[in-house]
Amino acid sequence: MSIIAITILALCAIGVTAAIILYFVAQKFKVYEDPRIDEVEEALPAANCGGCGYPGCRGFAEALVKADDISNFNCPVGGAAVMSHVGALLGHEVKAADPTVAVVRCNGTCENRPRTNQYDGATSCSISASLYSGETGCQHGCLGLGECVEACNFDAMYMDEETGLPVIIEDKCVSCGACVTACPNNIIELRKKGPKSRRIFVSCVNKDKGAIAKKACDVACIGCRKCEKECPFDAIVVENNLAYIDYNKCKLCRKCVVVCPTNAIHELNFPPRKEKPAAKPDAKTVKPAAAAKTEVKDAPKAEPKANDSKEETSDNK
Amino acid sequence: MLKTFSIGGIHPAENKLSADSAIQALPIPQMVSIPISQHIGAPATPVVKKNDEVKVGQLIAKSSGFVSANIHSSVSGKVFKVDDIMDASGFRRTSIIIKVEGDEWLEHIDRSEKLLTEISASKEEIIKRVGDAGIVGLGGATFPAHVKLSVPPGKTAEVLIINAVECEPYLTSDHRIMLEKGDEVLVGTQILMKALEVNKAIIGIENNKPDAIAHLTKLATNYEGIEICPLKTQYPQGGEKQLISATIKREVPSGALPIEVGAVVQNVGTAYAVYEAIQKNKPLIERVATITGKSLKNPSNWMFRIGTPVKDIIEAAGGMPEDTGKIVGGGPMMGKALSSVDVPLTKGSSGLLLLPREETARKATKACIRCGKCVSVCPMGLEPYLLMVCADQKNYERLEKDAVMDCIECGSCSYTCPAHRPLLDYIRLGKGKVGQIMRARK
Repeated sequence: MSIIAITILALCAIGVTAAIILYFVAQKFKVYEDPRIDEVEEALPAANCGGCGYPGCRGFAEALVKADDISNFNCPVGGAAVMSHVGALLGHEVKAADPTVAVVRCNGTCENRPRTNQYDGATSCSISASLYSGETGCQHGCLGLGECVEACNFDAMYMDEETGLPVIIEDKCVSCGACVTACPNNIIELRKKGPKSRRIFVSCVNKDKGAIAKKACDVACIGCRKCEKECPFDAIVVENNLAYIDYNKCKLCRKCVVVCPTNAIHELNFPPRKEKPAAKPDAKTVKPAAAAKTEVKDAPKAEPKANDSKEETSDNK
Repeated sequence: MLKTFSIGGIHPAENKLSADSAIQALPIPQMVSIPISQHIGAPATPVVKKNDEVKVGQLIAKSSGFVSANIHSSVSGKVFKVDDIMDASGFRRTSIIIKVEGDEWLEHIDRSEKLLTEISASKEEIIKRVGDAGIVGLGGATFPAHVKLSVPPGKTAEVLIINAVECEPYLTSDHRIMLEKGDEVLVGTQILMKALEVNKAIIGIENNKPDAIAHLTKLATNYEGIEICPLKTQYPQGGEKQLISATIKREVPSGALPIEVGAVVQNVGTAYAVYEAIQKNKPLIERVATITGKSLKNPSNWMFRIGTPVKDIIEAAGGMPEDTGKIVGGGPMMGKALSSVDVPLTKGSSGLLLLPREETARKATKACIRCGKCVSVCPMGLEPYLLMVCADQKNYERLEKDAVMDCIECGSCSYTCPAHRPLLDYIRLGKGKVGQIMRARK
């Protein structure tokens, strides 16, 4: 009996002593952590994608709390809503950043870009890129082995089996940039989502001379500079035989799309073109998207106004 | 008991189909395209422009740094253009394209067959002229030869090792050079010995070439300080570090160069090219390549002008067989499949292998069963299965710690893997990334 009592007492004594020691040690080595970090972390989407440039949401929260000015910080997943919430928590004024989305700048489908050889190595774009130029005559374009799809943590991409190219599901894309980093050929770019998701971009990264590019792929940018001359806003620059549209300058007038001889410039989520010029913005008469090559002299501003009710999503090539 | 290297190694089927075929001169094509980067290091700078007349042996692109090499015209004619054309890996690189007119050589090049054994050039002169002649390591790595001959201060070379191993299956170009140009090779070796100020040279030859061993052993009695060392047939004995281990039983430390253990290794083809450059004033404008394959009509060895299209040599060997699945530039172990037959043969083209379709098909990859075969065959003592996983997971720190940079990319691991895992593909990728990280750190 006494043994049981002694054991219990001894254990209690050890427990109490340890508790006292631990209490003082905890006091001595206490690490102060800003309670706001937890709050901010709570507000973040917990996707831990690294799209903000910090190691996970916790790291981002720490950086946000530490910073004096958070205007340069952006959570691509949460977007403006989350950032304004975070701003409110930390007492900062937050200007809404333009949402961005990933776009695949290659339209080298099996049809447009014939295969010249067959790759049977390891299924990895980086390995293929380190070995040779790829299965087609274009050494810049998509290798089609899906490393970007594998990198996507949000199920926002898939490989289109018919075209052999990755497709981005706009609604799911959080613009974290994982696919951008994964692509060895730097095909994917984060671009401003644009009003009503309307975007214009050059869907090609081929820097070869026109003739070579065209031979390799029917829809390659040949660097003819027609779009550069056409653009009224100086948004297009042709460098190394490749046009690039600056999305901050682009006013979405779509003039470049029309002049491009190889259809390398893509427009996304625009309503079908009207037959008549914008002088008479009649929203009722619309032409099918297939006839997009007709010369249209639209005033850029008339565009959205005339077609507000006609939201249509063209397929994301 | 024959000598060989200390750890790892495999012995794939030798398939030396073209061993009995004497070296023939490949007809000069109508057009050659000579890339300005056929070596390791900085690409050369073109010194000719469109419509310039060039003669055989004329400098057309100048070395643009210490680790770089001169490039000479292999034909006479007119420069058609200097443009980007597809290289062996499909990427467009600057090349000098020359339209052939006749075959007019520069006057100071001695084209006679006469053997010149007297070495009059001094050490400095030899190194300079080897550099001027644009000679690179002809074993396949294409490292500029004059760089290897310039021993860094504080180090001394003790022995020259001539790599006549030709451990790659199928290839026989070095074998034929030894049989047909034995004396020239030995004089070339003596020139290299003089440049390095060593009095001993070892020529390592695998014992699957008994005729070459016998022939050179007989000839070597006329030359001082040259020893012929027969070696057990074992892949990858032609690797620099493996050959040093096999011939002089010294281990080159991780990350170090052979000069660290007092050795300099040069290929037997390089020795022949050095002979031609020093004794005959002939720059590196042609070399020997094997074209081979089981279905090929005429597996053979050809002396070709640099810049000749691949399709010409295939034509010369009897045309492309119906069942060709892959055309490999180099041997089957380390060679790389070509994406087109229009690409030119370069200084590094030691062979061309046409593999039938059924032999090229990759087998389905299965899970690693941890059998450790890759570890036992790795000649560098690495753990390929682990390196592959680390490369796949982008764990570059671990890769560096596990000495991925020591990998010589011989492919023994992939060859031996019973689960057909693409070990080398991933290791090479990881090696590239780690290399980038290490260079960035400097």
